Amino acid sequence: MKLSLSSSPHLTQKRTTSEIMRLVMLFAVPGIAVQTWFFGYGVLINIAIAGIVAVITEAVILELRKKNFELAIKDSSALLTALLLGISIPPFAPWWMTVIGAFFAIAIAKQLYGGLGFNLFNPAMTAYVVLLISFPVQMTAWAPVMELSQINHNLTDALSLTFTGYTTEGYSVVQLRTNIDGFTMATPLDEMKNLLNKGFTLSEITFTNLFIESGNLAAGFGKGWFWVNIAFLVGGFLLLQFNLINWHLPVGMLAGLGLPALLWYLVSPDTQISPLLHLFSGGTMLGAFFIITDPVTAATSNKGRLIFGFGVGLLVFIIRSFGGYPDAIAFSVLLMNMCVPVIDYYTRPRTYGYTQAKPVKAKKKQGGDK
Amino acid sequence: MTEYQQLTWQGLWKNNAALVQLLGLCPLLAVTSSVVNALGLGIATTLVLIGSNCTVSLVRNLVPNEIRIPVFVLVIATFVTIVELLMNAYTFSLYQALGIFIPLIVTNCAIIGRAEAYASKNPLKQSAYDGFIMGMGFLLVLVLLGSMRELLGNGTLFDGMHLLLGDWAKAMKLVIFETDSPFLLAILPPGAFLGMGLLIALKNVLNQRVENAVMGAQQEKIVSRARVTSES
Repeated sequence: MKLSLSSSPHLTQKRTTSEIMRLVMLFAVPGIAVQTWFFGYGVLINIAIAGIVAVITEAVILELRKKNFELAIKDSSALLTALLLGISIPPFAPWWMTVIGAFFAIAIAKQLYGGLGFNLFNPAMTAYVVLLISFPVQMTAWAPVMELSQINHNLTDALSLTFTGYTTEGYSVVQLRTNIDGFTMATPLDEMKNLLNKGFTLSEITFTNLFIESGNLAAGFGKGWFWVNIAFLVGGFLLLQFNLINWHLPVGMLAGLGLPALLWYLVSPDTQISPLLHLFSGGTMLGAFFIITDPVTAATSNKGRLIFGFGVGLLVFIIRSFGGYPDAIAFSVLLMNMCVPVIDYYTRPRTYGYTQAKPVKAKKKQGGDK
Repeated sequence: MTEYQQLTWQGLWKNNAALVQLLGLCPLLAVTSSVVNALGLGIATTLVLIGSNCTVSLVRNLVPNEIRIPVFVLVIATFVTIVELLMNAYTFSLYQALGIFIPLIVTNCAIIGRAEAYASKNPLKQSAYDGFIMGMGFLLVLVLLGSMRELLGNGTLFDGMHLLLGDWAKAMKLVIFETDSPFLLAILPPGAFLGMGLLIALKNVLNQRVENAVMGAQQEKIVSRARVTSES
């Protein structure tokens, strides 16, 4: 064991907020790259629009609040929020939707509560939910992976789709999503939910077009989605490696989603989405490593983080399996954000030098805090 | 300030039923998805307020103190029934649009609050005026919130006014912008909560500005020493 001879504090490395934010954004790059590879340039355009709007909104509001806006802009927190929002919004969503979302995230969900460090709800997810309940049609129009699409699209098409609603050749997003046989293609989770409700079995569903990827590791998963999730998982491991997040939150969430899914799957394997599909589709990995690990809105103690993560995972499982929406990361995160004060209250760590806090002592301590 | 000026100031601004006392929030948040709904409920509430304030003021010396609340509630319920029947007869579509929220005016705390706090202690004329101006304060907030939500949500203003005012009012509809995808959040309940919160914040900001302007002219800044060593 290496002993340090200097006096405390023994922090070897101190990262500023802006460094942390930038590193998190850096580690999201693999996920974004893979998403771009499979789904086209829409995600990059979303991130760019959201980023610009978020930074401008942040600057204007901080100026109005008579704060030092340069310093606050430099901490990149608005950019990170915009990045997460841009990833979550479907590619080729109309530009004004991204603008409304980014504005709402920064102005209402973050700055109205007091700015960085004071917001109760995850800004990116709040904005996502606002968009989802306001514009359900556009928010569920997720274009299929490029290789399934009948119409090829490039960067110009993506830009033109975002700003005018049509590609340069005049196809709309709906047409992009339409298969050769006239069926609109949905995301794997959506498709699975619909077909399960129609009485198909899981093994039948995984042989449909959306899931087949023969002779591949990703067989049985949604095309593209598996690799996007893997990429975010890799980014997540890097986050852990660089000590940017604790393992408690992601592990809690993956357990909260995986265990009940496994249980249900064991009971009735043909009417439930398999646990692996749960873990590697939709926004699971992005949520587990990048969204719920927001230090402001998550629980603060390690035990609390496990509970918070587990709660998010469980809610995702419940809503995906029994609710009306195909994916539910945003709703679950917001619902658990509301529970954070309660979780924090009941998981206060023992003060060093004291035995486990008893109710009486806890009361005394409260008095001392004032 | 005379009594009436005082009442006006209190009812419309200082002690506004919706923005300051936060009374009657349930109908306020539920029906303000359009201007016409807001106006309809606002007028209904104002009528009930005037009626109940007058009646309570007239019987204030006859009602024993112990049973005054049940008596007030009966009076209010009577007027709500009258208004409900009137709306059923003359503005049927609006009556259907507002639905349960017309009978629920009975439980609007702003009304029983005024009966208890003002009408049961003051003569008829002032009580009637108090009911009118309190109702106006409530109505203004309703209409403001309703127009905010209708404008953001549908891009229109005064849509469907003919339900309340008759066929000539169809021409009142203003289309500010056309949209294929309405901003549903503004029309759904969350929009009501957000809009209400923003209105209250705006009111507080204006209040502070006015107070600062008035006080700043009157008072010099008082320098006080803060003690930092002992508990505050």
